[in-house]
Amino acid sequence: MPDPAILATAVGRRFAGRWAVRDVSLTVAQGESVLVHGANGSGKTTLLRVLSSAISPTVGSVTVLGKPAVEARSKVGLLSHADGHYDELSGRDNLELAVKLGHLPDRIEAVLERVGLAARAGDAVRGYSAGMRKRLAFARLLLKAPPVVLMDEPYAALDPAGHQFVDELCAEFSAQGATVLISTHQVGRVAQWCDRAIRMDQGRLGWSGDASELRTRPADAVAAAEERA
Amino acid sequence: MELILESRAVLAKELLHVWRARARLVATGTFALATLLLFSFAGGLNDAALRENSAGYLWIGILLASTLALGEGLRVETEHNAIEMLLLLPVSPAAIFYGKAIGNLLVLLLVGIVMLPFLTVLFDATPTEGVGPLLLCLFAGSAAISAPGTLHATLAARARSRDVLLPLLLFPLVIPCVVAAVQATHLVYAGDPMDQLGSWLGVLFAFCVVHWSVGGLLYSRVVED
Repeated sequence: MPDPAILATAVGRRFAGRWAVRDVSLTVAQGESVLVHGANGSGKTTLLRVLSSAISPTVGSVTVLGKPAVEARSKVGLLSHADGHYDELSGRDNLELAVKLGHLPDRIEAVLERVGLAARAGDAVRGYSAGMRKRLAFARLLLKAPPVVLMDEPYAALDPAGHQFVDELCAEFSAQGATVLISTHQVGRVAQWCDRAIRMDQGRLGWSGDASELRTRPADAVAAAEERA
Repeated sequence: MELILESRAVLAKELLHVWRARARLVATGTFALATLLLFSFAGGLNDAALRENSAGYLWIGILLASTLALGEGLRVETEHNAIEMLLLLPVSPAAIFYGKAIGNLLVLLLVGIVMLPFLTVLFDATPTEGVGPLLLCLFAGSAAISAPGTLHATLAARARSRDVLLPLLLFPLVIPCVVAAVQATHLVYAGDPMDQLGSWLGVLFAFCVVHWSVGGLLYSRVVED
């Protein structure tokens, strides 16, 4: 049996005396797509950051594809709120840096074309709109093409065409066998293609079930599913 | 080998960023020159005392300017969490440290070189031992500041009052290095009849070895959350 893509065991993360995530145990199989939802401040972002090893858990452990998360960083791609771009460098410079330092294949021009930034790739990122910055972050993710993809609010700041682009990208990652964890408030939209959904509630894992239960009238479905549980 | 290649790529990024944001570099250099000007006013009309202390003024100017350069170097990393992106690529923390520290060293060296002609104009100080030893002093002193400076700028970067915290952390640590740099530079300007320059440079390089080694080892603890 293959190692799970993500195995989190009793994970907790505390910031300044307050638990942002507490006692979360989670197993995500390879190739599975999981929707993470919940109210603002429920711990979704912290959970994804802990799973990616961007921050370490205060308690508990995380393994990715059978290795401790820190040792599996080359296998994980994180799209987070803070996009990680250098403002004074151009979009192309930022991607060249990622290619050079991450030993990634040099497909920069193709990827820039794909995310719709080819015409502005030579401009400094400081002049980009929020949506363009997000597209550049997607470009970096496409260059890395990791087997485990974690996306935190990927739809934020994007126009309708951008939303469509995110859907296509996620479908593409899934088709390639990648594991996708996506944290979003667009529950109805993402539930259409996700296998499973989990709900974060005040830092804890509140509900976990089949994403199909959220495909219609998500809020009611969540409440009903929780009642049944 | 991997460490060298990664450090070189981080350094290339640092230099590209310094070039693209060169207005900030100009501001740092201007700040250093302003400190020299202030010392020339504070010293009054005593030309001999100004000349005697010129090496000290040079290094205090570089030290004060270093807080701006080091703070800026980490601001660009933390503003959009770019340093986290580097770690997740993944790039080794030691490579990030060495790339950034060498970048900071070059910035401080450049600021020091720009200050030299002003030292002559304002304090009538000329390097009697030649320009070569003077550049060596600048290099060793800048290296002794940039390595612990990079480490402590990263440490302070997450703090709310990082602008105040960096000098508070850094200055006590680098005072011995600055004393050695001032002594070595003073000997270059005033003459070295007792052949002491080599000893002071030796002390400076010893500090460099310690700071650059410790920095590379500790950086992962500082930069990883």
